Amino acid sequence: MKTENNKGWFFVLPVLILVAFNALIPMMTVVNYSVQETFGDNVFFWQGLDWFEQILRSDRFHAALGRQFLFTFLILIIEIPLGIAIALAMPRKGFWVPVCLVTMALPMLIPWNVVGAMWNIFTLPDIGLLGYFFNHVLGIEYNMTQSPLAAWMTIVTMDVWHWTSLVVLLAYAGLVSIPDAYYQAAKIDGASNWSVFRYIQLPKMKNVLTIAILLRFMDSFNIYTEPFVLTGGGPGNSTTLLSIDLVKIALGQFDLGPAAAMSLIYFAITLLVSWLFYTLMTKDDLN
Amino acid sequence: MAKITLSKLRHSYYPNPSSPSDYALKEIDLDWSDGGAYALLGPSGCGKSTLLNIISGLLVPSEGRILFDGQDVTELTPDKRNIAQVFQFPVIYDTMTVYDNLAFPLRNRGRDEETVRARVMAIAEMLEVTDMLDQKAAGLSPDNKQKISMGRGLVREDVNVVMFDEPLTVIDPHLKWKLRSKLKELHQRVKATMIYVTHDQTEALTFADQVVVMQDGEVVQIGTPVELFERPAHTFVGHFIGSPGMNVLPCEVQGGQALLAGQAVPLEGAITGTPSGKTEIGVRPEFVTIGDAGLAATVTKVSDLGRHMVVECDLAGARVNAVVNGSAPDKGGTVHLSFRPDQTRLYVDGWIATQAQEAAA
Repeated sequence: MKTENNKGWFFVLPVLILVAFNALIPMMTVVNYSVQETFGDNVFFWQGLDWFEQILRSDRFHAALGRQFLFTFLILIIEIPLGIAIALAMPRKGFWVPVCLVTMALPMLIPWNVVGAMWNIFTLPDIGLLGYFFNHVLGIEYNMTQSPLAAWMTIVTMDVWHWTSLVVLLAYAGLVSIPDAYYQAAKIDGASNWSVFRYIQLPKMKNVLTIAILLRFMDSFNIYTEPFVLTGGGPGNSTTLLSIDLVKIALGQFDLGPAAAMSLIYFAITLLVSWLFYTLMTKDDLN
Repeated sequence: MAKITLSKLRHSYYPNPSSPSDYALKEIDLDWSDGGAYALLGPSGCGKSTLLNIISGLLVPSEGRILFDGQDVTELTPDKRNIAQVFQFPVIYDTMTVYDNLAFPLRNRGRDEETVRARVMAIAEMLEVTDMLDQKAAGLSPDNKQKISMGRGLVREDVNVVMFDEPLTVIDPHLKWKLRSKLKELHQRVKATMIYVTHDQTEALTFADQVVVMQDGEVVQIGTPVELFERPAHTFVGHFIGSPGMNVLPCEVQGGQALLAGQAVPLEGAITGTPSGKTEIGVRPEFVTIGDAGLAATVTKVSDLGRHMVVECDLAGARVNAVVNGSAPDKGGTVHLSFRPDQTRLYVDGWIATQAQEAAA
């Protein structure tokens, strides 16, 4: 019989323990809450799948989920093409490369709550630079606390400002890995700029773009801090995204059971979409 | 197809070149006739790729002109010059099928699908890739990818020149030979002017009718493979071509005779001019024989190459290789070397300085 060296598992063990403590065990307590009702004092009553049913049938959940998908869709449809465009326009050699890279990286280095606070002040109608400019220079009424449209435009713009750089950096990494010979061959083959993009640059960026879209999907789908600081979910419920709603149910209303059920559904949706997308994008590579 | 003329071509990668060493190419004048197979041979960094990129139009030379059939194309872009180039690493369009890859240069030039189809099928047959036409090009082996790159070059029937920039670098040794003979065959079939850049003498000598040997941005010699082997115009050519390369032995010249370790060595012909500077005798290992009489030398190394043996000797401080068939002398022993006079030449400052046999006769 063939003996196998299984010592490699010892190297994985620390990670396993770490993940167990920061993800698996907390998640199990969530599972625990999601099927029971409690009124405190550690007294639990079995509730079965009632909470799941309640969440899945609730209009409030549907609305928040709809807003969540809309938000993620909007930022992806803006950030991915914009990120690619900026990466294409960036220089490949010379003095400006590090300047561009560092400038690009700056927004990503700012803590999330600071980003929210910055944009909050930036857009204040009377003293914020952007708010003042719109209201008093252009004469366009712009007030996040009153207009849902203004609130949406602001959170989308904020996310684009904060995270397009990630797409840029990943796309740029894909672009610089293309050998010069490809561009030279395309020139000789008489390829147009569009053909060069379509048949050389885009295929070579495919893998990094898959990662970029995946990261941006997961991050934006779970976004909490920035819109919470910026709009607090308002005006009304117009910018109450899933995570904000979840926190309201869990910590505002202290409905731990429904909140636990909702977070598990939330988690399953994120996982399912990510898995579907990744499988579809890498399907060709496997064959 | 076109005749290619390079006139007073110089190129420097620096904006303001001052000394000759600033130039990657130092004054090149060349004429390549229509339909010929040429090789640019030289070590890495000798300027051969620079020259190739200038001909293809990827690089604009600092000075001089390039003419295709007498027309100045120096300022034209690669696609306007109507040339094809095959690169060191196979360039294929991953997402396209083999068919679409081959059709790409034609479709970009707006040919109708019928013409495209006819050309692609013809080229595919020539390259023996017909059965792969429907496959995604990304999944091909390196040698097939390189074939597709070549195919994209050959698919346009009006192409002026096809250039190869060390195209066999990434190909497995046993396939190199196959692809090389395929190339030769292709040249005979399509009759396009072809320029092949390499640092591999075997590739250059098997492919080309005429080989241009370059060193440090200069053309050292142009000739047929036989000429380069038999009568190198420069010690560099002698050394670079042949395995092992030509023996180059420092000598003295007195009264029209070359003296090696005090003994006169017969040369192929009379010495031209009055030699001044570094004088050397050049003779290929194939023409050095070990016998009872001749120059005394000590054997320092014997390598058995299977087909023959290479005996390395020390002759008054200089190293001499001799190719020996049959039994070789023992290491450390003293032998006597003689050089075949008609293959023994004098080089002054690297350049040949003896009259050729025909000229002397």
